[in-house]
Amino acid sequence: MDTENVIIVEKLTKMFGDFTAVNAITFKVKKGEIFGFLGANGAGKTTAMKMLIGISNPTSGEANVAGFDVYTDPEDIKKNIGYMSQKFALYNDLTVKENITFFGGIYGLSRTKIKEKRKKLINDLGLQEVSNQLVGSLPLGWKQKISFSVSLLHEPKIVFLDEPTGGVDPITRRQFWEMIYQTANNGTTIFVTTHYMDEAEYCDRVSIMVDGKIEALDTPKNLKKQFNVESMNDVFLKLARE
Amino acid sequence: MKRFTAFIRKEFYHIFRDKRSLFILFGMPIAQIMLFGFAITNEINNVDIAILDYSKDATTKEIINKISASKYFSINQFLEHKTEIESEFKKGEIKAVLTFEKDFSKNLIKENHATIQIITDATDPNTANTISNFTNSILQKYQQELNKDIKISYQIVPQARMIYNAELKSVFMFVPGVMTIILMLVSAMMTSISITREKEMGTMEILLVSPLKPFQVIIGKVVPYIFLSIINAIVIIILSIFIFKMPVQGSLFLLGAESVLFIITSLSLGILISTMSATQQTAMMISLMGLMLPVIILSGFIFPISSMPTPLQVISNVIPAKWFIIILKAIMLKGVGITFIWKETLILIGMTIFFIGLSVKKYKIRLE
Repeated sequence: MDTENVIIVEKLTKMFGDFTAVNAITFKVKKGEIFGFLGANGAGKTTAMKMLIGISNPTSGEANVAGFDVYTDPEDIKKNIGYMSQKFALYNDLTVKENITFFGGIYGLSRTKIKEKRKKLINDLGLQEVSNQLVGSLPLGWKQKISFSVSLLHEPKIVFLDEPTGGVDPITRRQFWEMIYQTANNGTTIFVTTHYMDEAEYCDRVSIMVDGKIEALDTPKNLKKQFNVESMNDVFLKLARE
Repeated sequence: MKRFTAFIRKEFYHIFRDKRSLFILFGMPIAQIMLFGFAITNEINNVDIAILDYSKDATTKEIINKISASKYFSINQFLEHKTEIESEFKKGEIKAVLTFEKDFSKNLIKENHATIQIITDATDPNTANTISNFTNSILQKYQQELNKDIKISYQIVPQARMIYNAELKSVFMFVPGVMTIILMLVSAMMTSISITREKEMGTMEILLVSPLKPFQVIIGKVVPYIFLSIINAIVIIILSIFIFKMPVQGSLFLLGAESVLFIITSLSLGILISTMSATQQTAMMISLMGLMLPVIILSGFIFPISSMPTPLQVISNVIPAKWFIIILKAIMLKGVGITFIWKETLILIGMTIFFIGLSVKKYKIRLE
């Protein structure tokens, strides 16, 4: 594998009985890149992502994530990636501190490391006041920021975000994307699915899935040029109508 | 291992912060054992009865004295005529009427034969039965005393002696059943709910993406409940020994070991249920309907299995609770060792392995 690409996917396919959920998709993601993974509901985004994070076995094709094969080393993949799902990922009946300690713990961080990380995370997000409150009592935007930071605790090479900004206000989304940029600048690869087309504009490169296939893959700028439209929204609509 | 302890600590936070499940966990066992111990009882105490004595001689007087001296009966009134019986029953104050025939004493001496009629109110068949049994035994005792003086040879006097629960205390019957129900409920229902909660909240996905292995997640979910169930079992045993004077004839160690086995059986059932249900509600419904009802009805806890129709008797064999109740009664009341209950123990172990195997299979299918 070349050192530049942290995700290499070749003709990856997933069938459920006769139904082809993911149809021979092929793409590469570079280190430190923000890769947007777009598609309408049911286009196969989540299924494809599940194969990449090692919780679903592909039917055929090849995939290498963070230097490990999805067939043979899913456990090594899990140690090297972070994941935040569209469903909220923290425990509401645990405090902010306990959540951080728990996730640090299951990723095998040492106690001193957890302590240090926890302090930094709470300071960075300005959570000193609420660090001993139950997560359930915090607003959604805060939870999602914490959730993202928690997925980075073990310093993964790649972080997978499954519709991370669903249901939050525009200001929080903006702040969230600033966090994503910062993380990418530190060399962490971001693999993100989203419904919001304005967010697609923030990505370095974007792939658009339609009916299990990747129909377009390029920088937002090139895609707009290719389809001769003004915004990513129009690119998406054009593809979906075909 | 460090990962695992972090996980278990989290589980305890969940349990101790959810006041409702805490209440189910620790309030219910105590409430149930008290209810079954005090409220639901087959014993009779100071039952009101009436006497219709046509002879009023020395013998009947003596028998009446014996009856009124026993703690089971108190004589409410003396009737004068047969016609009064029905109206007295209808008033509902008395549960039974004893009728002594005319010339009771005379008949007894001259013909060696005299009759007493016991009429009981069988709207409550259990009580009626018990009353008639108790009266019989009082009469029998009296007869024996008589026979000591008057030597009559060739008389067969059946002498029934109840063993293992000589006083027929219903609490001795209920404790094993209640213990079984509670362990089943806590272990199976609580674990299945706690696992499906992770699924419902979406956190299960996060756990599966983490380096924790699926079996570690499941075991981590189960371990806290093993602890809590053991505490529950201890509480129940202590309550039944000190409040209800339940004997534990057999070894406490064996009792503990068998309880842990049954807890693990129930937990594996809980895991199986959680693989079948997507939401906490479903898990709870399956646990309640699929486990509680059969446990109460088919395990021999309340209704004796031997008097069920054959198909139900066959079905009762697949209910783990049935075997555990047999084991509990054997250890607590009969005081037997493992040599007498190895078969039941083996059945429970087999069931546990079966449930775990099935859940592993189902779990894999779900993850593909």
